[in-house]
Amino acid sequence: MADTTHTTEHRQRQLRTVESSAEALDALRVSPGAHLAEEMATATKAGADAVGLRERVFAVQLGLRCTPRTASAEALESALGITLPTQIGEVTGDEAGLYALWLSPDEFLVVDVSRRQRPGETLVAEASLEGLPGQAVDLSANRTILELTGSKAREVLEKSVRTDLHPRAFGVSTAISTQLGTVPVILHHSAALEYRVYPRASFADFTVRWLLDGMAEFLIDGGAADLAGSTSAIGTASAEAESRH
Amino acid sequence: MTHSARPSGSTHLSGPTRLDHATGIDRSRHISFSVDGQQHTGFAGDTIASALIASGRIDCGASTYLGRSRGILSAGIEESNALVRVKGRIPGDVSESMLPATRVPITEGLEADYLSGLGILDPGQDELVYEHKHIHVDVLIVGAGPAGLAAAREAGKSGARTLLLDDRSAPGGSLLSSPGRSVEGALDESIDEVPAPEWIEATVNGFAEAEEITYRPNTTVFGSYDSNFFVALEDRTRELVETEGTGSGASAGSADSDRDDTASRAGTRQRVWHIRAKQVVLATGAHERPIVFADNDRPGIMLASAVRTYLNRFGVAAGQRIAIAATNDSAYELLADLHAAGIDVPAIIDSRATASAMAERVVDTTGTRLILGSTVTGTAGEGPAGRISRVTVAALDEDAVAAGHGEDIDVDLLAVAGGFSPVIHLHGQRRGPIVWRADIAAFVPKTPVRDQFTVGAINGDYSLEAALKDGAEAGNAAANRSGFAAALTVPKAAAMTFAPARPLWLVTSAEDDHTALTTHFIDFQRDQSVADVQRAMNAGMRSVEHIKRYTSISTGGDQGKTSAVNAIGAITSILGETDLGSVGHTTFRAPFAPVPFAALAGRRKGELFDPARITAIHPWHVAHGAEFEDVGGWKRPWYYPRPGEDMEAAVLREGKAVRESVGFQDASTLGKIEIRGTDAGEFLGQIYTNGFKKLGVGKGRYGLMCTPDGMIFDDGVTLRVAEDRYLMTTTTGGAATVLEWLEEWHQTEWPHLDVVFTSVTEQWSTVAVAGPRSRDVIAKIAPNLDVSNENFEFMGFRETTLAGGIPARICRISFSGELAFEVNVENYYGLAVWEAVAEAGAEFDITPYGTEVMHVLRAEKGFIIVGQDTDGTVTPQDAGMEWIVSKFKDFIGKRSYSRIDTAREDRKHLVGVLPVDGTTRLAEGAQLITSGTPVTPEAGPVPMIGHVTSSYMSPSLDRPIGLAFVENGRNRTGEIIQSPVAGSLVDVEITSPVFYDPEGNRRDG
Repeated sequence: MADTTHTTEHRQRQLRTVESSAEALDALRVSPGAHLAEEMATATKAGADAVGLRERVFAVQLGLRCTPRTASAEALESALGITLPTQIGEVTGDEAGLYALWLSPDEFLVVDVSRRQRPGETLVAEASLEGLPGQAVDLSANRTILELTGSKAREVLEKSVRTDLHPRAFGVSTAISTQLGTVPVILHHSAALEYRVYPRASFADFTVRWLLDGMAEFLIDGGAADLAGSTSAIGTASAEAESRH
Repeated sequence: MTHSARPSGSTHLSGPTRLDHATGIDRSRHISFSVDGQQHTGFAGDTIASALIASGRIDCGASTYLGRSRGILSAGIEESNALVRVKGRIPGDVSESMLPATRVPITEGLEADYLSGLGILDPGQDELVYEHKHIHVDVLIVGAGPAGLAAAREAGKSGARTLLLDDRSAPGGSLLSSPGRSVEGALDESIDEVPAPEWIEATVNGFAEAEEITYRPNTTVFGSYDSNFFVALEDRTRELVETEGTGSGASAGSADSDRDDTASRAGTRQRVWHIRAKQVVLATGAHERPIVFADNDRPGIMLASAVRTYLNRFGVAAGQRIAIAATNDSAYELLADLHAAGIDVPAIIDSRATASAMAERVVDTTGTRLILGSTVTGTAGEGPAGRISRVTVAALDEDAVAAGHGEDIDVDLLAVAGGFSPVIHLHGQRRGPIVWRADIAAFVPKTPVRDQFTVGAINGDYSLEAALKDGAEAGNAAANRSGFAAALTVPKAAAMTFAPARPLWLVTSAEDDHTALTTHFIDFQRDQSVADVQRAMNAGMRSVEHIKRYTSISTGGDQGKTSAVNAIGAITSILGETDLGSVGHTTFRAPFAPVPFAALAGRRKGELFDPARITAIHPWHVAHGAEFEDVGGWKRPWYYPRPGEDMEAAVLREGKAVRESVGFQDASTLGKIEIRGTDAGEFLGQIYTNGFKKLGVGKGRYGLMCTPDGMIFDDGVTLRVAEDRYLMTTTTGGAATVLEWLEEWHQTEWPHLDVVFTSVTEQWSTVAVAGPRSRDVIAKIAPNLDVSNENFEFMGFRETTLAGGIPARICRISFSGELAFEVNVENYYGLAVWEAVAEAGAEFDITPYGTEVMHVLRAEKGFIIVGQDTDGTVTPQDAGMEWIVSKFKDFIGKRSYSRIDTAREDRKHLVGVLPVDGTTRLAEGAQLITSGTPVTPEAGPVPMIGHVTSSYMSPSLDRPIGLAFVENGRNRTGEIIQSPVAGSLVDVEITSPVFYDPEGNRRDG
């Protein structure tokens, strides 16, 4: 009999069998920017004009729909262990691990960069919404996360982002939906010299090429030779988290 | 090019002849360059114009339309004569035309040619980098003259984010034309008790200490828009050329290189700045005007301010015997400087009847002959290349009419001081009000635009003291208004007063007929004279806007910087009026100065022109030779030609594979929306024409949605994932629109319904597997799944785990009429699953197919494609889909079906159209007509009865088929109608739109 799973119980049973082959799954999945990992590593440069780009692959991303301060919001916050932001631009949580981005008054993206997405990521959150309005959807593969770093990161973004990115207006732990050139993205100032760009998967290829192009002027003085930190571009998420601070 | 117009002799080859004193060149750096094939040498800091004048060449070739010899008129952006084409200087560079020689800094090896006002686009590929930059500031200051510098200093010290932009290569504005040292009889131009150059340097150096001041030279603000949005062009050509030319890391060298080392560096040629400013200070200065007399266009007739700039900044005497035609006090600054430099000035001719205080002082000091109440009425051009050789001077009467033939004076240069036109363009682009001030003969801003200030010469205040005071106060106030307070410090300078001007609009004698004044030039670039203005007015024009367009005055690359006010003056004079304000100014529009298209395009060219959305499976498509079709921003495989195959052959092969064995398609691009809520079924029932409340969990249903006018809007299959959860699919192109549609109806009409939506389009990769052997393929890749028809029914879906552990949702959905499945996996796994399908299907010769075959196969079944067969005027009933329109519930669009026009039976219906000859393929979009309808032009309009919406060669029927919308079509089955193909009419039979397997026997395999 086919596993016609339409209930949480059934899915949980299915999940247990899947979890046993997590490593096998990793071998089968490809991140949207993987084919450009080498170019990103090559374009990463330290020094006074530091600039770098890498993809944070397979991080957990959950889309939530709920109205803040309702039972649904409380249920999701409790299930996920996070406080949801309440105003535009606000980011709550820990940007080295689990955090939440405000997308609209009742729409949020919860991200965990400290671990890789596994099947069934939404089960707990979904279960918490039993009998309540709202939604928790696994969006981990919907967007990828590109991390632009270095003292020149803001200048790279200012070539094509119309929003005010000055630290006075767009400080650390701020995120907005905007456009990078013509690509709709979520833009997140995740640390002092670090921005995360979340394009949808189909735009990842173009977005990486666009950012690399914008970085090029800072790489003129032999930046390609300097590969400091580039080995972590496709390294594990935990190693990346350690090297962040 | 008029080489003959060039002066002969060896002066070009002798080194630059310079005066001892110059403020803007570096005599330690010689630079060689050529113009019109002739070698010249100049110094770092020179423009092409300054170096050429130093070499003895002032002419710049023939004018565009009349072929008159012309020379360098100005020393800046207002140049209307001296336009050059500069050849590409570094790898990837191309020739650029229409550059003012007065603005192009010379670089080693530069090759330029004078243009006679007509540029030639270089067909070569420009590989240099042009970029954009977006910046928000508290205070934007346009112009780095004394007023702008004072404003920037005062704004910046408050901590406000301050941006100072200037089109020149060095700060100082009008002070760059000054001697920068004490000159006998001249005005005292010291600031805060130090010489102006020292104050400028100290002020700009101070910017480096304030973190939030950015100063950019070579940056022309060319557009001003609502809400203080400004656009500017930064030109880094010289830095780029010098860096590329001497190896990386070389400094631009001269004193006016970028002060801010954080941004500009080699690599970018030009940068378009997009600036959003809270407050703006316009300190844009003023441009001098020529005087309109006979033969006022010869080489060697130059703006007095330009003569002064070449003298003091570049150490170049533009002539050895210079007469000055004055209408105001500014000309006496030049006189003092020329005298100090030892240049012979035979006379200064002032239109004013009495000597002003300044005139008296300078004339006394210099011992120059002053001719009052007079002006130049004509010139002779017997010098080299038509250069001025003599001026005729005549006295003016009270009405400024010249009395007879006066005195001739031999000269080799005439400096004209016709008065200044404040640069009010950016103010005017915002429709800022302007007012004519007769005392200084200038249009000035009446009041600043909201959140803007105007300071310095733009207001007609030409005194240094006023510029510094107004600039400092505006900078302070602008910062204050944006929330940054600081104590105000006003730089001090000596008080200056200027006597009233006596402008001259038309220098004529009593017997002159305006239509004969063909050498009284107003617009040099357009070769338009007073006679042309009179001709326009004789044709009935009165409005300055009409006359501008009739004559083309002010429409050249210089955009009327020197001609606009003179044209208005001429119009006013011809009308017999005196108030230029009553004629008014033409409308100001961006750009203030020409902007290369390459700069506006920026990096958006080649592969970065437009984002191509690609699926996870895209690399496989590329590797397997797919041709792509652009759909909703996506690259979708169109067909996969094998070597030697054309499109038709590939499509027939792919189509046969699906009908006879199995094919697979990347269907990842379809829009997908997760919908949850206890009212989700109710909501979907309102959106779709058919119901979804009773759809069983684990089942899917095709749905059609309409706009309120009842017309088909989008379609797709929606799955019921759980009691309170649905997954909607949309067309590829409609994904974003449909999500917005759902949100709009939910938020505005039915907010009480418990339902929410999230786009999951890109969370999933979808592999469609279609054809009689598809079940075998699915069985292999999904070993846990019972794929039998009994246990996996049509429109059902199952969640399973694929070989390798990939979680998947598999649906039995068919868009081809064949047995078919869709495998949905998280996007990461798309490529792996696609390859698994390819491997599993290999034994059945599984064939990848593209969008073209998908279109063909669905057309064989008579399935519509929204947006191809429909166009927003098609109801479900028109499309023969009444079966999907609920009679029992309400939904968006339902009311419209009772409208008389929507309800009538003879609307255009979806039908099949079969060419009777069985071989001719109809053209998509072709009209259909009743057989025998005359189609000759003589017979008049041809009544159309419909048009072809889809047309293909059918792989299953081995003949062309088509879909069409035809008036009353369903009731005309069997009728022969006609359609044009390649110039002749072919007979077409109206049929059912379902051509293949009308019983639906193939669906279950």
